[in-house]
Amino acid sequence: MSGEGEIVVIGVGLAGLVAALRLAEGGRRVRVLAKGVGSTHLSGATVDVLGYAPFRVRSPAATLPEFAVANPHHPYALMGTAVVDDAVTWLKGRLSNPRYVGDLRRNFLLPTALGVAKPTAVAPQTMAVGDLTHGGCFVIVGLPGLKDFYPALVAGNLGSTVGIAGEAIEARAVDVDLTLDGRVDVGPLAYARRLDDPAFRAQLAARLHGRLGADDMVGLPAVLGLTDAEQAWEELEARLERPVFEIPTLPPSVPGVRLYGALSGALHRLGVSVTIGGEVLGAETHGGRVTGVHTETANGVRFHAAAGVVLATGGWAAGGLEMDSHWVVREPVLGLPVTGIPGGGRRFLPGYFDHHPLASTGVAVEGSLRPVDGDGRVVFTNVRVAGATLAGAEPWKEKSGDGLSLSTGYHAAMSMLAEED
Amino acid sequence: MEDLIRASLDHCIKCTICETVCPVAQVTPLFPGPKYEGPQAERFRLPSGSADASVDYCSGCGLCTQVCPQGVKIAEINSRARAHFKAQKGVSVRDRILARPGLTGRLGTPVAPLANRVMANGTARRLMEKAVGVHHAAPVPVYAGHSFQRWARHHERHASPRLDGRSVVYFHGCSVNWFEPDLGRMVVAVLEHNGVEVKMPRQDCCGLPLQSNGLFDAARRALGRLARDLSAGSAGHAVVASSTSCGVMLKREGREILGLDDDETLRAVGARTFDVCEYLLDLHGQGLLDTGFRPLPLTVIYHAACQQRGHSMGTPALELLRLVPELEVIRSEADCCGMAGTYGLKKEKYDIGMAVGERLFEQVRRVGPDAVACDGETCRWQITKATGRASVHPVELLFRAYGLEL
Ligand code: SF4
Ligand code: SF4
Repeated sequence: MSGEGEIVVIGVGLAGLVAALRLAEGGRRVRVLAKGVGSTHLSGATVDVLGYAPFRVRSPAATLPEFAVANPHHPYALMGTAVVDDAVTWLKGRLSNPRYVGDLRRNFLLPTALGVAKPTAVAPQTMAVGDLTHGGCFVIVGLPGLKDFYPALVAGNLGSTVGIAGEAIEARAVDVDLTLDGRVDVGPLAYARRLDDPAFRAQLAARLHGRLGADDMVGLPAVLGLTDAEQAWEELEARLERPVFEIPTLPPSVPGVRLYGALSGALHRLGVSVTIGGEVLGAETHGGRVTGVHTETANGVRFHAAAGVVLATGGWAAGGLEMDSHWVVREPVLGLPVTGIPGGGRRFLPGYFDHHPLASTGVAVEGSLRPVDGDGRVVFTNVRVAGATLAGAEPWKEKSGDGLSLSTGYHAAMSMLAEED
Repeated sequence: MEDLIRASLDHCIKCTICETVCPVAQVTPLFPGPKYEGPQAERFRLPSGSADASVDYCSGCGLCTQVCPQGVKIAEINSRARAHFKAQKGVSVRDRILARPGLTGRLGTPVAPLANRVMANGTARRLMEKAVGVHHAAPVPVYAGHSFQRWARHHERHASPRLDGRSVVYFHGCSVNWFEPDLGRMVVAVLEHNGVEVKMPRQDCCGLPLQSNGLFDAARRALGRLARDLSAGSAGHAVVASSTSCGVMLKREGREILGLDDDETLRAVGARTFDVCEYLLDLHGQGLLDTGFRPLPLTVIYHAACQQRGHSMGTPALELLRLVPELEVIRSEADCCGMAGTYGLKKEKYDIGMAVGERLFEQVRRVGPDAVACDGETCRWQITKATGRASVHPVELLFRAYGLEL
């Protein structure tokens, strides 16, 4: 099929990366265009498929069918939940440093930077070791000068948590005395780069020597190496003779940067052109199809002809959806209809955690992720929408963000590939 | 325009994405990173400028602006803060020299053998480091001894290219004129081979080195003059540039960083400026590029330099090289070679530049390619100096694959 025209994927968050890679693997010519780097760098890079529905989900596989029935407009329901499983399997096959473990049969409970137990289906094995499901003894290690990571806070909150059958969780904090060139204000990436160096890892292990209990599991901020995390993690486990796990930090997220590196590296190897810093300003359309897009360049506008488009521009924060002060909402790239805007009346709700309709506002789609209008008619036959731009999900509440991006990105690619055969 | 750049800082959501790419902050604690140096510090600066010395460590590579998902003009904010800083502190003799490749080219070319011997002499380079602060090990170009312009004037009079009615103006820049005239000849040959008439009006520096060394007024004069030189007699033809950094100066930086948005000639010339590979790939898109390349059984690493990325045009060089049979093109894994214009030449920044480039150098050592292809001239010099591998402009590979000869 490579003789056909080019597919333009807009956005380099997880959804865009996955769609582009799956299409390129399927033999399509693909071009990726993005305004900037996407939310991988802000994400813990675990694949949260379904964490709450509304109670904490033990097994996404078991819960998804009823969840789909209860939420018929949710992307999982529209695509069919089997897609999620396929997408997870596909992604795991592409990540090796670090490898990803877990599946939809059961969620891990992994500690966050605040020490909260977060349900997630698939995670880097460097993190999955920290599973709190059955309780245990945890030591949380703080690194000097590392911004926004407070081991006492993590340990304190973990200590007031229990495993799923009420198993006790013991947690304490230790700080190691290990300075990074005497710096007092260090970002996660600076530590990660230093921990790519075996000598620095040995120093870290030496400073922890004698400070760990026999049954301790050792939690560190997720900075165990940038280019060779698998090696760094294995080596620390061997040196400390205890299970070692990473806890996601505040941005920039080292696991997210690794994930981005793995997927964008795979795109480069397949010869996919990725342009970052060239915002897509709009599209040309003809007869219910998008024929190409306009991007901003250093001195004007460039047209890229497109046989198909995957729109993965993100939600509110990323600029994939915009709203003005009159509550007029738009999808700025293709001008797709946006559904779910609350009408007049009470637009603001008092509680932060109240159910706010804007949370599931977005572009409505049909089963193959083609955008539809208010009457359910497909707007552009050769467009697929993936990721946080989609209507019908409340990722922050469901704990489904990366799972949605992964599975919709994957399904967008698969349905485009299937259409040709 | 200047106000739009400053106002963009309000779009910053502190996501830290820019921090993840800054090549300088990765290797030295002397630079606090784009988020701090850019939108955060700018908010507290006086309109007349009150930046501290750390701003001088920003290499101006522009990667931060490219990755910022919110459209904050971080590198441009830093560039202007640096100019203010230098205006207050005074620009060193060294920076004034590096800022004027046209002048040094003109002085060095008649005495090229001598100048080149001096530049290759370790003692002389150490003296030069002491006297003016150009690091003794930094790559300096070799004077060709004859200017490209001289050849061009002769060529324009005598050549009779196969014409298809398309004409372009070639903006060759200082480096082709004084140091790499053969590259200029290859660019002309490849364009003419594809039926494009190439006009080469007299022209001087675009002002980019002046700008990056904080000499904004002189940079404005240089760029304005260049725009008029390229515009005169070009009858609206496309302007084709073989230096990505100088090309982006015409396209965008002059308007955005130097605030020359009201210069009508610059606007018009900038709007019809193309990087040479961008132009050739467009020809290919229209079915007008000769794709009868001979096999070139070589392995090359293609490095998209930071200033190449500033064009936001994708990687046309890579797409062109992939048309050449048997040419294996591996993409560079690095964002920056560490040179960033003249940054890596400077005594106090040489080590930073080399540390920045290490990711690329390491890949070059590991892969051991026949050559490294890169669109930026100072990057090529840096790569060759650091790795001992040949480096070429992508057009040189096309030239060879066409079987052309100088
Ligand atoms: S990438 Fe842009 S929005 Fe994010 S911290 Fe940097 S300047 Fe701010
Ligand atoms: S222009 Fe380059 S060196 Fe300067 S802050 Fe941005 S990324 Fe860092």
